[in-house]
Amino acid sequence: MSDDPGISGLALQTARDEDRAALVGYLSAGYPDLATSVSAMTALCRPGDGPGVDLVEVGLPYSDPMMDGVAIQRAGGTALARGFRTRDVFGIVSAIAATGTPAVVMTYWNLVDRYGVDAFSRDLANAGGAGLITPDLVPDEADEWMAASDAHGLDRIFLVSPSSTDERIVTTTASCRGWVYATSVMGVTGTRTRTSSAAPALVARIRELAPQTLVGVGLGVSDGAQAASVAGYADAVIVGSALIKTLLAAEDAGRPADLAALRAVVADLAAGVRSAH
Amino acid sequence: MSLPDAQGHYDRFGGKYVPEALYAALAQLESEFELALVDDGFWSELDGLRRDYSGRPTPITAVPRFSAHAGNAEIVLKREDLNHTGSHKINNVLGQALLTRRMGKTRVIAETGAGQHGVATATAAALLGMECRVYMGKVDTDRQALNVARMQLLGAEVIAVESGSQTLKDAMNEAMREWVATVDTTHYLIGTVAGPAPFPRIVKEFQRVISTEARAQLLDRYGRLPDIVAACVGGGSNAMGSFADFIDDPGVRLCGFEAGGDGVETGRHAASITGGSVGVLHGTRTYILQDEDGQTVDSHSISAGLDYPGVGPEHAWLAATGRAAYEPVTDVEAMDALRLLCRTEGILPAIESAHALAGALRLGRTLAETDPGAHPLVLVCLSGRGDKDVDTAIRWFGLTGEADATKGGRGDE
Repeated sequence: MSDDPGISGLALQTARDEDRAALVGYLSAGYPDLATSVSAMTALCRPGDGPGVDLVEVGLPYSDPMMDGVAIQRAGGTALARGFRTRDVFGIVSAIAATGTPAVVMTYWNLVDRYGVDAFSRDLANAGGAGLITPDLVPDEADEWMAASDAHGLDRIFLVSPSSTDERIVTTTASCRGWVYATSVMGVTGTRTRTSSAAPALVARIRELAPQTLVGVGLGVSDGAQAASVAGYADAVIVGSALIKTLLAAEDAGRPADLAALRAVVADLAAGVRSAH
Repeated sequence: MSLPDAQGHYDRFGGKYVPEALYAALAQLESEFELALVDDGFWSELDGLRRDYSGRPTPITAVPRFSAHAGNAEIVLKREDLNHTGSHKINNVLGQALLTRRMGKTRVIAETGAGQHGVATATAAALLGMECRVYMGKVDTDRQALNVARMQLLGAEVIAVESGSQTLKDAMNEAMREWVATVDTTHYLIGTVAGPAPFPRIVKEFQRVISTEARAQLLDRYGRLPDIVAACVGGGSNAMGSFADFIDDPGVRLCGFEAGGDGVETGRHAASITGGSVGVLHGTRTYILQDEDGQTVDSHSISAGLDYPGVGPEHAWLAATGRAAYEPVTDVEAMDALRLLCRTEGILPAIESAHALAGALRLGRTLAETDPGAHPLVLVCLSGRGDKDVDTAIRWFGLTGEADATKGGRGDE
């Protein structure tokens, strides 16, 4: 990894300086609708009087989300059915950036490819976005993205998994700028009652093979206690489906704009990452 | 330069656009395949299964009464419909099932559209004593109930996929999602020349037997190579198998026929090369059906086996370089050709294969006008038999399923 921590890496570094892990919150852009989505994303940053997330992960809805479980599939599919367009993501990113909390976009590669890799990077940078998390783009296929992210000063967050070889952990972390996303379980997104024992082992391998790399752990965290447990060994705890579920439940209850449950979960998680030592 | 390159690229097509979690499994598959390629024991076991289990070599059949409708063309069918399980799909499945065993895995998963690949996979799993789970879109389990039951009889578990458009592409998404979680014990047995590297190359090698046999059979019977090789293209496995050994014969025209559905101009089709654009879907860069934002657009075809919004990356490359030509065939043209082959030759083709037949008829008629002195020899891959499509044919042709007349009852008195 380059010495430049990037905008999103700085958020993780700042948390580390406070002797805690950062909290990264994921929501699907455009769900339940564009306006509420902006409110929900900014609510992640300031859920109430207490702290919120340190970094927002803005999920770009895609027709074929190969790495996502049912909660994110439903949110993204609904957003698309309600007319969400790729270009709408930049307004959301701007609104988040205006709160002072940085935002990265998580996207399947075809959406960026179709928009134009350089054009997407330019517009994301202009909107104040920090970078991209790319679940189906490995560094081996990323020449165009490496060039565009350098040109526009964006962070590149690639993924590593428990099945990654040592060699791939070294090369993948070297391709990242900001931090690396460690997928804690072999599986798709979704809440789990227990986080995997594979996660601490994977993080330990990354620490040994790439000591300078900041590590975020995602997949499966649903509450403050789990967040505290992951925060014990990772630089960032990534939470997605557990947040989305509050919005899905609100819609099912006929109150799609009600963010109270979302705020409560974020507050619990934010306390969780601050309780681990 | 020989393609694909080490990363699985066919020039700007192909590659591995996959979650990192699958990277190790793809690397393992690739290295095991390389070992198997040069292992005489592997090929002798596969050849034995092809001969004694699948019934290969499949014959070539001249169809003069059908050819009479194709200008001056002489059409010869490569009879993949006569394979065990009724289509070319078994060629790939037997090869990958043996690879699965070599990798020490005991379980296979597969996606299927019409159910042909699912049935073939369930068959090979039963033969080799492996567990098998097949993902199939809910729309397809509803319209292909017979094949669902066939898979279950063979001991496979069938999962109806209710996400997305509930068709083949969503079955593939769901199979990928499962594979990420079960990759240690499970091989994802992809049924076509699409998906991430090394699948396009592996499936091509296992389907190559179609053209290897046909080339020798034609040389033996006609003393020459065909002028044209025609095949239907969904993902493109039977076409790639039919083209493979002819690609280096510059005098042989290679023609792929895509599912034109209601007509490419209507937007309701599955012709990814003719009516699509370059993008990334299911781990590979190729021609896909997508909207302005890169969201996948649903495909439409009367043939469930061609109803897929992408195509194998090597086909994309063959199209881009001009080595092969791809044209759409509509539902109407395909069903007309299906009926014509039934009536003139006594062969009921799969609706997929009927697209290749319709394309060959059109090519023959066109050539008769542009080059009236030519008598082209046309090899058509009859990739599967049409038994599975009788329900669709009943609806399409307005058959009632009732007898034409009665005899021997009281009405005769």
